Amino acid sequence: MSDYNFAYLDEQTKRMIRRAILKGLAIPGYQVPFASREMPMPYGWGTGGVQVSAAVLTPDDTFKVIDQGADDTTNAVSIRRFFQKTAGVAVTEATSQASVIQTRHRIPEEALRDDQIIVYQVPIPEPLRFLEPSEVETRKMHALEEYGLMHVKLYEDISQHGDIATAYAYPVKVEGRYVMDPSPIPKFDNPKLEMSGIQLFGAGREQRIYAIPPYTKVVSLDFDDYPFQPTKADHACDLCGAPDSYLDELIVDDVGGRMFMCSDTDYCATRRKQGHVGAQGMPYEEDAA
Amino acid sequence: MTPLLQVENIAKFYGARIGCTDVSFDLYPGEVMGIVGESGSGKSTLLNCLAGHMTPDRGAVRFDTRAEGLRDTITMSEPERRMLGRTDWAFVHQHARDGLRMNVSAGGNVGERLMAVNARHYGDIRAEAIDWLGRVEITEDRIDDRPTAFSGGMQQRLQIARNLVTRPRLVFMDEPTGGLDVSVQARLLDLLRGLVREMNLSAIIVTHDLAVVRLLADRLMVMKDGHVIETGLTDQVLDDPQHAYTQLLVSSVLQV
Repeated sequence: MSDYNFAYLDEQTKRMIRRAILKGLAIPGYQVPFASREMPMPYGWGTGGVQVSAAVLTPDDTFKVIDQGADDTTNAVSIRRFFQKTAGVAVTEATSQASVIQTRHRIPEEALRDDQIIVYQVPIPEPLRFLEPSEVETRKMHALEEYGLMHVKLYEDISQHGDIATAYAYPVKVEGRYVMDPSPIPKFDNPKLEMSGIQLFGAGREQRIYAIPPYTKVVSLDFDDYPFQPTKADHACDLCGAPDSYLDELIVDDVGGRMFMCSDTDYCATRRKQGHVGAQGMPYEEDAA
Repeated sequence: MTPLLQVENIAKFYGARIGCTDVSFDLYPGEVMGIVGESGSGKSTLLNCLAGHMTPDRGAVRFDTRAEGLRDTITMSEPERRMLGRTDWAFVHQHARDGLRMNVSAGGNVGERLMAVNARHYGDIRAEAIDWLGRVEITEDRIDDRPTAFSGGMQQRLQIARNLVTRPRLVFMDEPTGGLDVSVQARLLDLLRGLVREMNLSAIIVTHDLAVVRLLADRLMVMKDGHVIETGLTDQVLDDPQHAYTQLLVSSVLQV
């Protein structure tokens, strides 16, 4: 452990990031600029999330990383190893045992408690970016609460697709003030943004940190006649039989065979251990690969 | 009767050079004022100062707000000024692409100002957009097309619909017919004249085209080198110009 400072970043950098986090928590949904550091991974792999995690981790923490809900993908495994090596913290795949969870594109199915922190990796923090390319203008729009443009995007969706087709990174209004991009989580997860845990968002390339404190009101934007609807595949998990979890669709052969399974691997495994079996699943066995 | 817009001694300098200076006038509800002059005479600078796009160095621009009567728009707070900019004011740019969102459909362009003042019912917004596209002679089946698929004249008409949908009381127009060919210009002018009369709009039109002001404007202001050199009723100024420069301007128009 003499090779690195605890959790890779130097203490001055962590102080700077913590200040940004505290400011973000004080102004829910507001994008706080911070001096993002060069990290030993490419932009787009979670440099923002890693810096936020590094700033909040303590030696007593238990760390969990998920990527699209899964604990065992390249991105999740490498970030988990990174903190095992540089911070020596305990790691887990179980949502309930983790004190800090770094995530890409999902919120765990299991509700978080008020002693847990979830850190999101954010590619583009500005929800208005694709409609208004000027940063000066978007900052002014946030400052003056001019959010009509956000609805123009939803209008375009309905006029082109007959419904609000935005399925991920669905814009939300936080505590009646700031419109925020919840990172590319599926809109199925949007209702979970009102939670008891602390939610921190880090965008490394764009150098922004924002946050949602516990028990904050988060409303998904919509029209009166086209209300917000969280969507998922109309199916139950084929492995654990869960009817209410967010599903991945998997093509299993070249004759049209497919299966749906929970995107949250920990949730699925826990249910299978409890004896739940889905339509194509087999009873859970220890060490079954 | 209170004027809708009261302009007092507006001056704008670019360093030592004069943008425009000593401009004062009153604009009453329903009145259309033309500002003519050659390129570089300060007419666009003046328009931008009046519309809040630029801060003048001197003077006051008082607008008769619905809630509080005459207020100086230069000293009012930026949120208030921007609110005016998307409710009671409208700004028609010379180039439609400056005033439109080119990657948003025609319906979305018209609906944006409605959504900016908290319209949240898709059906209502769309119905209103269809109504306004109809008023500027764009057929309903083009509502989901992007402005990039429109001709120059259609883009300009779309820009006008997008601006008038919140029923503003004052419209600023910067060369609204510039860059359009004459037959399209004639149609656009016809349309504008109809809308101005029908909605009892007040407008300030900046142009170098005397035919445009002849058709649309009640009053005329002639500018040269940042100064107003002649004002009066449009027909009076054009038929009996007093200032040597105005005489030159009027006689420079090509007769077919």
